[in-house]
Amino acid sequence: MNITVTSVFVDDQAKALAFYTDILGFEPKQDVSLGTHRWLTVVSPGDTDGVELLLEPDQHPAVGPFKRALVEDGIPCTSFSVTNVQAEYERLCAAGVAFTQPPVAMGPVTTAVFDDTCGNLVQIAQLH
Amino acid sequence: MADLYDALAAPARRTILDALCARDGQTLFELCVRLTTHHDLTLTRQAVSQHLQVLEAAGLLTTHRQGRVKLHYVDPTPLDALVTRWRRPASTPPEDPT
Repeated sequence: MNITVTSVFVDDQAKALAFYTDILGFEPKQDVSLGTHRWLTVVSPGDTDGVELLLEPDQHPAVGPFKRALVEDGIPCTSFSVTNVQAEYERLCAAGVAFTQPPVAMGPVTTAVFDDTCGNLVQIAQLH
Repeated sequence: MADLYDALAAPARRTILDALCARDGQTLFELCVRLTTHHDLTLTRQAVSQHLQVLEAAGLLTTHRQGRVKLHYVDPTPLDALVTRWRRPASTPPEDPT
């Protein structure tokens, strides 16, 4: 058994694809029309055969309250690894991304948390 | 309003104020991270949340929404009462006992 797809719930798939590719730097992978919505995934630029991130519609009525509760408490829905969290923080701030937590060193890892504009907070983490 | 002295009596709540003084305006998530990694205080988010409610009720903490995110700020104003309550003004020296 292998993990090949993981997902984030997004409020708008087109907006999410733009943010996750143009701003964050992921690459589009699958884009399959499913009527109203799409099976829409992105991959890491250096690992296009690796784990895919599914940009999943958040229309289910349970998802909205779930997402809002996490965001209110500042809890990220997922975490991505970066080689230099400070550099990513500065790059994303310059691109207009809003952070709820600037880089904070915590033992073997430094993390920061930003708003993905699609209703989620996302953590970036650098292992030292 | 919760009692100021009760609010400050719990070591965990004093540590939470320490953590907020390191960077004011934190989310619950960041605060829990800082308490665990910088203050060696491992509490559940629920426990931290309850401590925050006590501090807020005592007037030592305020919360503001930035978009949909709730941020916590220290308000030291009630601490003035601790200093002034038993201190005589400098201009009124204690009366000489007669």
